Order: sequence, then structure tokens, then C-alpha cells
Amino acid sequence: MSTRTTAPAAHATSHAGLGPLRERMWTAVTDGDEYAASAHVLSALDDGTDAESVLLDVIAPVQTRVGAEWAANRLGVAQEHAASAIAERVIAALAHHPSARVEPRLGRIAVACVDKEWHALPARLLAEVLSLRGWRVDFLGAQVPTPHLVAHLHHSGADAVALSSSLATRLPTAHAAITACQAVGVAVLAGGAAFGPDGRYARLLGADAWAPDARSAARRLAEGIPAPETAGGRAPTGDLPHLADQEYTYVAREQVPLVREVLAQLERRFPAMAGYTDHQRERTAEDIVHLLDHLAVALYVDDDALFTAFVTWTAGILTARDVPARSLRPALDALAAELQDFPRARRLLDHARHALDATLAPGGRTPGAPA
Amino acid sequence: MRPAPGGSPLMAPQKEETATKARRQLLPDAGDAVLYPVVVADRTGTVVRVNRAAAALLADAAPGVGMARAVPAWLARAHAEAGARTAAPEPSAPRSSVRGKIGELGFEAHPTRHEDGSIAWWLVDDTDRRLAEEALATERRRTMFLAEASNVLLASLNAERCMQATARLAARHLADAAVVVTPPDGRQLLMTSAVAGREPVRTRITADPSAVPGLGEALQGFPPVPSRWIDPASLPDWMLPEDFPGDVGSVAVTPLPGHGVPAGALILLRAGGRAEFSESEEIFARLFAARAGAALSAARMYAEQNAITQTLMRDLLPPELHRTNGVEFAGGYRPAGTRERVGGDFYDLHPGGTDEESSLVVLGDVCGKGLDAAVLTGKIRNTVQALAPMAGDHERMLQLLNGALLTSHHTRFATLVLASVQREENQVRLRLTSAGHPAPLVVRNDGTVEEISTRGTLVGALPQIEARTVETCLQPGETCLLYTDGVTEARGGPLGDAMFGEERLTRALSGCAGLPGTAVVERVQMLASQWVGDGRHDDMAVVAITAPRTTHLSAVNGRTRGRYTA
Repeated sequence: MSTRTTAPAAHATSHAGLGPLRERMWTAVTDGDEYAASAHVLSALDDGTDAESVLLDVIAPVQTRVGAEWAANRLGVAQEHAASAIAERVIAALAHHPSARVEPRLGRIAVACVDKEWHALPARLLAEVLSLRGWRVDFLGAQVPTPHLVAHLHHSGADAVALSSSLATRLPTAHAAITACQAVGVAVLAGGAAFGPDGRYARLLGADAWAPDARSAARRLAEGIPAPETAGGRAPTGDLPHLADQEYTYVAREQVPLVREVLAQLERRFPAMAGYTDHQRERTAEDIVHLLDHLAVALYVDDDALFTAFVTWTAGILTARDVPARSLRPALDALAAELQDFPRARRLLDHARHALDATLAPGGRTPGAPA
Repeated sequence: MRPAPGGSPLMAPQKEETATKARRQLLPDAGDAVLYPVVVADRTGTVVRVNRAAAALLADAAPGVGMARAVPAWLARAHAEAGARTAAPEPSAPRSSVRGKIGELGFEAHPTRHEDGSIAWWLVDDTDRRLAEEALATERRRTMFLAEASNVLLASLNAERCMQATARLAARHLADAAVVVTPPDGRQLLMTSAVAGREPVRTRITADPSAVPGLGEALQGFPPVPSRWIDPASLPDWMLPEDFPGDVGSVAVTPLPGHGVPAGALILLRAGGRAEFSESEEIFARLFAARAGAALSAARMYAEQNAITQTLMRDLLPPELHRTNGVEFAGGYRPAGTRERVGGDFYDLHPGGTDEESSLVVLGDVCGKGLDAAVLTGKIRNTVQALAPMAGDHERMLQLLNGALLTSHHTRFATLVLASVQREENQVRLRLTSAGHPAPLVVRNDGTVEEISTRGTLVGALPQIEARTVETCLQPGETCLLYTDGVTEARGGPLGDAMFGEERLTRALSGCAGLPGTAVVERVQMLASQWVGDGRHDDMAVVAITAPRTTHLSAVNGRTRGRYTA
């Protein structure tokens, strides 16, 4: 089990003629051959292929495919890291190509990933696209601590922030970053898989705008996003009234005792666990941590679908790795027993258990990628 | 808040003095038994009786005169309406009083109906109440505006944004246009001007501020000077916002006092035909200027401090590593505090002059955290750089470094690891020496992870040190990882209190066989960071030295454009 979701897809608009290039890139990336990958891209640029198309219709779809292949257990984590590293190099090479040199004539944009967000590639692609379209871009990289982001806004005077997050579990941190940027009067455009396929969490957390992909993000920024109002001071988290029940706070704060308790219950139910190596036991504990992380964030945004999607997606991932997905059920049961005094947590767990049972039922559809 | 047509909503009622004067003249003459002015008029709207107070107040009011002539329109209208309403007599029906002005004074007129259908209008002077109400409303609007202005101005520490906010607010609420001038930097003047309702425009021109009377003094900031009215004709063209509507009627130059430093000046412009600034408006403009000045000087001081910090910090930040002399280098750094950029861990690459000379990598850890430790890393890094030509003998180099540290007044010690790196054909030869530092790990292509058995004494603590250098060789695709104990001693994990440890690091590395160095660094950093979760951790530094997988040399140097080292 892992929290890895597929890379947020930039439009896989089938550009006529880019198919073969995509295939060549795929081969180079999965071979770990960064030189071949760069050479393919540079020669395409030399032949007059649009740099933005190369970024969004070649590099991005190849990365999406890497994510999908990983989910299906046809690529290892290490290869996935290698693919990202190669994509980074290729983008760097592309940025140095004469056809990608554009004088900034629009405003200044800071592009950053939420703290502890390691998937920098979608943000990196957006940063390059914005540069190509004439923005002055400060790419702050992966996992930017909010204090660094705000300090950057103070001294750069950026017009807007494009904030990227692909992991749903980073939503509370994203919320802190969004409100901190707005407090200094800078508008936030949110993007990435974490904010939901329709951007619902971006709206919920009060982002000034949301975009499903790099092209829409560039369009949205070009239209202009009004700066947030600072005159009235900001009402403290009025947008998430359900947090008043403290369920999120409890689940997030008491994670370690909850993991221990669930682990103990599992050991009572499964005598086989007594024979687990320390490493196996640790992996099980990590799986429980992932469950709790997603439960906490589902409590934060108060959305049944978020937790359910994670559980069914995990079932798919486990099935692809020949791990019986029904092992998830007792963990959820143990959690429900531990959290019986928490009505919202119970509701989320019940919903997820029903969905999991339906998935595991004979003839049930094995889920693929997460919603 | 939008200005009412023809005037700012924050303009005070200006006629206080005239009103008081008018009343003082009136009252001593009211000698009637009834102090209140009373006007009686019949159903036809003809005045029947007027008492002395009313006669003194209303010059035209006399018996036989029509109400329309005798009293102001608001009262004549009220009389006509009252007559029409009670065509069917209903003497007990409640009557409402009406309010209006007579000359400069405000009155409330209370009707009483007589049996013959005539109405007596009792006029009660409510000028004071009205003035008090208006003054209160004005003060409320001003207080709210000042509170909002403070919120807007204090939100950003960016000087440019503060100037824009100041110009925008002043143009909208205090005048028709406003220009913010910053204290001159050399011969250049930086101005942000705004016309009410439009976006501020920033201009930089070469001009002499003393061309505007009072501007030079205002820009000096100290000693503070009062706002100054200047002749609109003396305003140079470059000062006038381009889209200013019509002619300038009045101009005020107000200093922006900051935190003991000059923050600039605010020039308020009103169109011709608009009233000049009243005394109370001037006081109000000064209150606004005080807030704007404080915000601007805070932003400017922040920017200055930030520039100083950036300059001093530049050499303390870990360098960006990339392919050098045919060898791939990658580094990653995460300081302990989320607010910090530097700490007690450090690494450097000193490239050999040519491909035939070996490059020197140093990675180390000074005891302590934060800026104090970072300053010491700077000294060690400088010393190592000076000693780099002696890298042929690591032990000798460490002894010299040790001596240098012992004689300095710093009492801290450091652990470090040195790596001399030399590309030979497809392979990379390494000479590795640890000085009290975790041993380097080599990831072989088959996934085995070797600990390099170099051992040595830490530097800066003892008069004599020893160190053992170990040589090894990387085949294409293999990586040597240098790291600080912040990685292995990171506490966390699913059960919250375990150390990440060398075993987990080794296991993670064995899954990284054949990866590019950047991917190895990223993977190690990510696992350590996930292990820690939201908990505290020490500084973490990682350097990967990798033999490139292919002999193919490309133009790609791995440098990324616009990368910001967080």
C-alpha cells in the first residue's frame, strides 16, 4: 500500500504526429536513458515542434503512464523515481533550447508545491509553460514550507501563487498555505490531483481559483485572478465549521496510539502475525498510518468519497501485487471500534467498508486508478 | 467605500462655525412668551399668525402671506400634505413632525391642529443634534476607513505593494488623485500615482524633488514637517498623473513618517471646483499618512534586511550540484527548522581543474543547529577550499583543518567525510576518508550496499587526529552516498519513536541500484522525511556521487533554470 496517486494528467490531447515521439520517450524513460530522452526532445524542438506541446503532450503523458504502470505493478518505485529524474533533466534541456526562450512581459508568478509534497513534476511543467507564455516565474520547487513561500511573496511581490499538491493527505497543509498567501494579499491558484477531479477541495479551502491542467491554469492566470480582500481582516476558518467537533484534531494528534491499538487488535485476530518479521510488522503499521492519514484528511474536508476512494484504490493496488485486499477489512473494523465515539469518523468508515465489500464481492469490479 | 458624487464620504460637515454664528444672532431677539418660533397657517395655506421668534427667523413670514413664500419649501410641502390628509377632520390622529433647514440652522417642525383646520407649526432648533449626528457618522466612517486601510497596508511587507495600496486608498478616500514619492535613491525618483477608481501606475524618473515646494523637506522625514498647501501652478508636469481629470484645484504635500526613517511623501491632488481641504480633513489625512508611512518603512526595512541576509546567506547555502568532469553529483539539504535555510550540515564540491585532476567532495556536520552552526560551517568550508590542492593526502588535510579549528575562538567541533573523485574510462575512482562521520555507502549495480570502512577522529576537539583513507571504484550506474546522521537518527516511523537507522537506509538504497544520483538523493530525502512525519528532526544532508550509466556525453548538464533552493 502506498499513498502514491497517479500524476495529475496534463491533457493527453492527441497531437497528431506526437504519438511516435511519445513512444520513443517512453522507451528512453523506462530504459533510464536520459541522454536518449533529451536527444529526442531537442531534435523535436529543432524540427519546429512547439515547446509547450512537448511539455504537455509528450513529457506529461509519459509521466502519467509511469504512474499508471506503477499502480499496475509493472514498474517499481525506483524506476518511477528514475523516470521523474529523467523528466527533470529533459525539461531543463528543453528550457535551454533557443525556441523556449521567451522574454517575460506579463506579471510575476510563484509556482510552488505544498510542504512535504514530493511530486514536483506537475508544478515544474506549469512553471515552464508559464515562462513560455511570457510570465516571470519563480519556481520554488517541491515541498516548500509555508514560511518560505510567504517570505518569498513579501520580497518578490508576486502577483499570484500557483500551488500544487498531488497528495490528498497534504490538504490541511495546503489550506494553511492558501490562507497564509491570501493574508498577504496574494491570490492562490490551486492545482493537482489532491484538490479533487473537479477542484472541489480547492473551493472548499478557499483557493481563489482552480485549474485541472497546465493549459487551463495558464489561461486562468491570463484572465487575471482578483487579489483577495485584506481590508476586513480574515474570518478564522469559517469555511470548515465541521472542524468544531475536534474529530480531525483527535485522529491527527493521536495517530501513534491509534496505530498501536489497531496493530494489537490485528495481532489478536490474526495469529499468523506473530510470525511476522519486524520489517513486515513495520509495513503493516505503515499501511495503518496511510489509512489514518486519509481518514484524518477526509474528516478535515468532511467528504466520504475521499476516504472511500482511497480504500478502494488501495484494494486495487494490493490486488495488483497479489496481496489479498480483504486484509483491509479487519483494519477498518478495528479503527471503527477504536473511533466508535466519533460520529463523523464512524460514518466515513462505514461508507468505506460498504464500498470495499462491494469491490471484494465475487464479480465485483477490481478498481484501477483512484477517482 | 465609494465617494459620493462631488465629494468624499469622509468629508466633514464644514459649516459648523457659520451655524453657531447664525444661532447666536437669533436667540437674544426671541423675547416672546413662547420661546419656540411658531407659524400658524390655515387650510388654504395662508399664514394666520407668526410669533416674534418666528418673525425673526423667517423674514417673509407675516399674516396673509402664502406658506410657499413665508417658509422653506420642505415646511410648505408638509403643510399642504397635512391639510390634504385631514380633509375629513380627525383631530386626534397622530401627526408626524418634519425636519429641514432654515438658513444654516436645522429645525424640527411639530404640527398642532386647531379646530378651524389651521395648523400651528412649532419649530424646534435641532442644529446641534444634527451636527453631532453628522459628526458621529463621519467619525465612524473614518474609523472604519483607518481600520481597513491599516489591514490593507499591514498585510504585505512588499514595498511596491504598500506604495500601490497607499496611492489607491488616498486617491479614493482623500482626494481625486494621489502620488506616493519614495526618498530618492541617487538622482532617481520612484513614484506611484493613482487616480481615484483606477489602478496605480509606477514611474521612475530623473527629477529634482525640490522642484515641488515642500517635497524635499517631506522626503527628508526628520525633523517632521507639517502638511503643506502648494500652488497648483507650481506643480511640475511629471508629478501630475497622466489621466488626471481636468485642472488641479488644490495640492497638499504630506510627509509619510516611518519608524524613525523617512518613508516618503504623499501628494494629494483635488480637481478644480472641489472644496479645499478643511482642517479636520487635514488631521485625518495625517492619521492616514502615519499608518501608510509606518507600513512603508516596515516594508522597506524588511526588504533591506532581506537583501543583506540574502547576500550573507549566499555562501552558506548548499551549492547546486551537477555533472562535473564526467561524474554525476547530486545533493539534497533539509535544515532542522522549517523557517531556516541553513544549519550545521554542509557539503561542497571543489572540481578538479581538468578531467584528469580529481574533484574533492566534502560533507560534514558541525555540532549545533541554526545560523550559529551555519556560520561555523562557512569557516570550515572556506578552510577546506583553501586546503583542496592538498587533497592527495586526506589525513594531512584533516590535520591542518584540525589545527585551524583548534586555534580559532570557536569551541565547536565537526565531523566530516572527504571524497576525492576521479573519472577513469567508464569508471569512477574514489578515495574516501571519514573524520568521525558516518561511513559512506556504495550502491552496487546488483543492489548490494557496501559500507566503506574508513574511520577517523572528528576535527576541532583533540590536538592530534588520525584517519584512514579507503579507496573504491564505481562501475557505470553505481552510486556512492555521503550523508549526515540527521538522516539515520531521524525519529518517527509508524509507531512514532523509532530511529530511521542505517538498516532502513541500507534497505532503501538497495532498491536504488542503477538510479541516477538525483533520484537516489530524492528517494533518501523522501523516505527520511516521511519517517519523521510532522515531528522534529535534525539537519539532513545527502550527496550522491554517481558513475554515469553510459559513456555518451551530452550537452545536458542537469542544471535547471530558475531553480530555487528551498
